[in-house]
This record gives sequence, C-alpha cells and structure tokens, in this order.
Amino acid sequence: MTEALLDVRDLHVWFDLPHGAELHAVQGVSFSLEPGDRLGLVGESGCGKTTTILAVMGLLPPSASVAGQVILNGQDIMLGAEQTVRPHRWKDIAMVFQGAMNALNPVKTVGSQIVEPMVLHEVAEGAAAKTRAGELLELVGIPAASAARFPHEFSGGMRQRAAIAMALACEPKLLLADEPTTALDVMVQAQILDLLIRLTDDLGLTMLLVTHDLPVVAQVCERAAVMYAGRIAETGPMDTLFHDPRHPYTRLLFAATPDLYGEGDVVSIPGSPPRLDHRIEGCAFRDRCDKAFERCVAETPALLEVAGGHRAACHLNDLNGEGAA
Amino acid sequence: MSVAETSPVGSRVNAGAPLLEVEDLVVTYPVRRTLVAAARHVPRTSVHAVDGVSFSVKTGEMVALVGESGCGKTTTAQAVLRLVTAQSGAIRFQGQDISAMSSTDLRPLRRRMQMIYQDPYESLDPRFRVRQAVEEPLLIHDIGGSKEERHQRVMDAMRRAELNPPELFADRYPHELSGGQRQRVAIAASLVLEPNLLVADEPVSMLDVSVRAGVLTLLDGLRSRGDMGILMITHDLSTAAHFADRIIVMYLGRIVEEGPAREVVRNPQHPYTRALLSVVPRRDPREQVTPQILVGETPNPVNIPSGCRFHPRCPAAEDRCKTIDPALVDAGPDHHAACVLVGEGAAR
Repeated sequence: MTEALLDVRDLHVWFDLPHGAELHAVQGVSFSLEPGDRLGLVGESGCGKTTTILAVMGLLPPSASVAGQVILNGQDIMLGAEQTVRPHRWKDIAMVFQGAMNALNPVKTVGSQIVEPMVLHEVAEGAAAKTRAGELLELVGIPAASAARFPHEFSGGMRQRAAIAMALACEPKLLLADEPTTALDVMVQAQILDLLIRLTDDLGLTMLLVTHDLPVVAQVCERAAVMYAGRIAETGPMDTLFHDPRHPYTRLLFAATPDLYGEGDVVSIPGSPPRLDHRIEGCAFRDRCDKAFERCVAETPALLEVAGGHRAACHLNDLNGEGAA
Repeated sequence: MSVAETSPVGSRVNAGAPLLEVEDLVVTYPVRRTLVAAARHVPRTSVHAVDGVSFSVKTGEMVALVGESGCGKTTTAQAVLRLVTAQSGAIRFQGQDISAMSSTDLRPLRRRMQMIYQDPYESLDPRFRVRQAVEEPLLIHDIGGSKEERHQRVMDAMRRAELNPPELFADRYPHELSGGQRQRVAIAASLVLEPNLLVADEPVSMLDVSVRAGVLTLLDGLRSRGDMGILMITHDLSTAAHFADRIIVMYLGRIVEEGPAREVVRNPQHPYTRALLSVVPRRDPREQVTPQILVGETPNPVNIPSGCRFHPRCPAAEDRCKTIDPALVDAGPDHHAACVLVGEGAAR
C-alpha cells in the first residue's frame, strides 16, 4: 500500500458562540489521500466540508478550537498549531477558493501575486520568479504577458485560472479546491474542471475537491466522501456511491439531483439538517431518513466498512448487508 | 377593485392562446463614452443585450430560458415585466401589447405578472414577519378587501406555496426559516396576487440541492393546476430538462435553438446547444461524455461577430458562417434552430 500523502484522523472543530455556546462543526472526520488521488468532499451548506479543509490549511478563525490529527507525509502538522502548519501552507498544501475575485488582491498585478508566495517560501526570486510566474500562467491557459494585468481586467474564468496558478506557485503536492467552479458558467466550469484534471494527471498533484455539486465530483473524482452534520456519512469510489449507496442520505441526495437525461422524478429530502450547537443523540440524519428505526434514535452509527474501500455510517448495514440504503 | 372581479377570466377565455407573446424584442443599453469622446462628439454607441427575440408562453406551460451569463436571458425577462424598456418589439400579455403601455395602464396588469428572484435571503425584508411579507403586495396594489379577507388570502397563498400549516409560519421572521422555506414565502407573496405569469429568475440556484427539487416541484404543480404560465431563467440545463416543457437556448442576445425540452436535450440541432449539453456533468460517473469544451468565453456584446455570432467559437463553422446570419428555421416538430447546417444533415 502506498504511503498516504495526507491523513486526517478524527478531526473535530468547535466554534465558540456568544453566551458560552459551542458549535461542533466537524465531529470526528477521518480520510486519507494517496499521491495523485482526486477525492471529492461533498455535502450541503453547513455540513462542515469547508471547515474541514480550512482546518487542514490551518486557516480557521481564532474562535475555532480543533482536535485530531492532520498528518502530512507522516508528520502531524496540526500538533503545534500555526508554528507547524506555516512552513507547509502554500508550499506543500495550497488552496483555491470559491470567489476567485476575493482571493486576488485588486491593486496588485496578477504576476506579482504569483511571485509573492515564491519569495516568501524562498522557492525563487527576482527574474527567475517572474519567469516562473509567466510559465505558471501559460500552464493554466493564460498568456504569460497577462502577468502585468490586474485582476479586474480578467473575466471570472480567467481569475479562477490565475488563482490556480497562484496556488501552484510553490509546487505544492496537495491542492485543496473549495467550490472552484460554483460561481462560473457551465462552459467555463468545464474549462476549469478540465484544467484541474489535467494538472493532477500531468503534474501528479493530489486534489481534494470540496463541493455541493455531486455531478461535478462524479466527473472529476474517483472517490468521494459525503458529509452530513459534521460527519462523513459514506465514503467510497464515486461509482459505488451512485450505483450501490449504503447510506440513505447518499441515495436521497442523488435522487434530489436532476440529471440531463434522467427519467425518474427528482425528489427533495424533507426537513433540514440538525443544528450543530446541541449534542446530537443517535443518527443525525434520522429525522429526514425514510428508513429510520428505533436504533437510529439511541445510537450514533459509526463509519464502518461495507466493502473494500467503501464505508458507511448507517445501522441498516448491520441488519441485512445487501443494498441497505 | 377586488381580486374576485379581476380574477383571471381572460386566460380562461383564451385557453390555449399564448399568455405571453414576445415578438422581435430588442433591448439596448447605452455604452458610456469617455469624457474625451463626448467632447469630440463621437456618436453614442449601444450594446444589443437582446437582439430580436421572439417566443411565447402558454397558460399551463413552463418555458426555460437557458444560456450563459451575458446571453441576454435575464434582460429578456426584465423586458417582459417592463423592468427595463425595450428598444423595439412587441410584448403581448393576454393579447394586450404592453411594450409601450403607460405605467398607469400597466399597473393593473403588473399584479398578474410576478417575479421570483434568485436570492430569498435578499428578497425578503428581515423585519417583516412571514404574514406581513405575504400581505404586503395586497397593500401595495390596494386589493384584497377587508383585514379578514386579506388574512384569508395570505393563508391561502401560503398553503399554495406549501408552507403547511400556514399558522406555523405566519408569525416567523425570515431568519427563522431555511432557504427553501424563504423561497416559498417569496412565492407565496407572488401567489397572493393571483398572477397569470410567473417569471422565476434562477429560483433555486441559491438553495441546497436537497431542497431545490421541492421548490421546483411546487412551481411545476402551480402551472399545471392553476391559470398560470411560468418563464424560468436558469443556467442549469439539467433542471430545465427535468421541469420545463420547452427550452429556449440563448447566445449573445439571440435565440439559437428552441423546442420541446426533451427534443432540445436529446436531439439538439445547434452546435452551441450540443456543446453546452456535452459539458453538463452527469450524476452517474459511468455516463460522463467527453466534454466538447469551447475555447474562450462568450464575446462582449459590444463587439458582436459578423455573420453567425457563434462562428468564432463554433466547432462546425464553415466559411459562409462568417457572412450568413442564420435565422431560426424548422429543425423538427415545434423545434427551431438558427444554424446554416440545420436541415443539411451535416450539423452533426
């Protein structure tokens, strides 16, 4: 078995709320990525997917407290908080954000923003850094001469490309992409997804793609982890999640997603996710689940293996095994 | 004037006739001149955001207007509701041309054409309770009768928007509701006026996937049950394919293809439609097709390409496409496309 590049173990994140309350945003998330993997982290707003990757990047606000391990190349980078993450941030792990405009500084040229992390991490400087910035822009499909231009002169798709070039500046091994195409038109989305697939295939980059969009994950990632209420509900090969889901949430989420040539009804999931500022007893999905039974009220299901590389957190899998969800 | 007196008699009389007919609609926006250009009397230029668009919506029908940003779909919808002024063309609502109607004449018609916006977090006043938000349109239009009658209408509208039971939601504030519930409140605030036409601008794109289908199914039920037609603007072809009866594909201010939703999706005739469909990610990982990725982005409408405006990005473009600006021609039953290759059997 190959050594994991990133191994997240039992990650918890709490946010302090006013009046001494706490929001348990991430409740024991574990996953690992081998070099060259493309893993999708899927879920709806508030499920903890973005909080999870911000924890990996060490970019959580001061109101957050964390527990667990984020092991990069065998080393726990969360152990010493900022001290141990900083040397790796942007150098080994880089991130692409949803709103590319917010990630870019409007008063600096695109080129100088790509050079910045290189200088900071002593990867390159001076003319060499500038040349490299041009090469990176070419790599993401922007003419090198555009390095002298400002973000506002770019279209939305170009800005997202520039943000990707910036993330690649220090030759990271791991790219965390948070809803990288959500604000973009479908054709521009296709261009960016194609670019991300190419970068991971050609440069051996490992990617964690965070999105609410199951079809995007189906297109880009071999494996996915479906998150619900701060936990991973199910994880496995994308193909298995679609054809043989073992958690009702996965099945219902696919059924709620319209497909271009789909014949069946598209059905929404009744209710809404539970609040995470209270302790949840039992399964967090049981109120919206069409297969809930007594045990779901009393006992929180653990994420257990149902087949090789396929794990689900649902009591139904104990009952009958086959096609439980 | 009470709602009962003006309730949608017209649409019942005109059953089958288009509820909305748009003919050769042109909407232009002026381009700002620089100070120097103005001083030199450089003539003002304008952008054709919508450039000769014709379509219709029947009662009981849901028509989806799809395309990428800048294609003119939102401007078209705004022109239909007279939120922007059309340069030329006719907009007939229940047979009456409203394109040049005075705002006084337009007012009684306004309540029959309602808009649902993309963002239910912004379209609701955070200080209004749900019942106030739903009642507000009645007060603005000065209809709905006595306080009790209005209350009844508000409750009815909430029920139709599937905020059940309405009593449970009536006294809540928007912040106490989920995104899906907020959008239902916005829909109830439209339904309270008993409109004949709903224009829904990306009605679910801000909502979580698990609740989108519920809102769309609600709209679907409204048009099939009531005296209502729906014009839905969306960038999401999968949603359009599932819920709309007809799909209109726009590119750079023009309709490039339109027809029954199933036909447009399964038998697309315009190269742009085909490319657009090929890049829509599919749910089933086994069914991903090789996306036909077009280079570049939709050109700026200030510089519209000659001939067919899609030719610089078209994978099937020929020399003649640089000069011929194709009109919509028959591409099947009730199906039209604007491409010189349509009907020549070479479009594929």
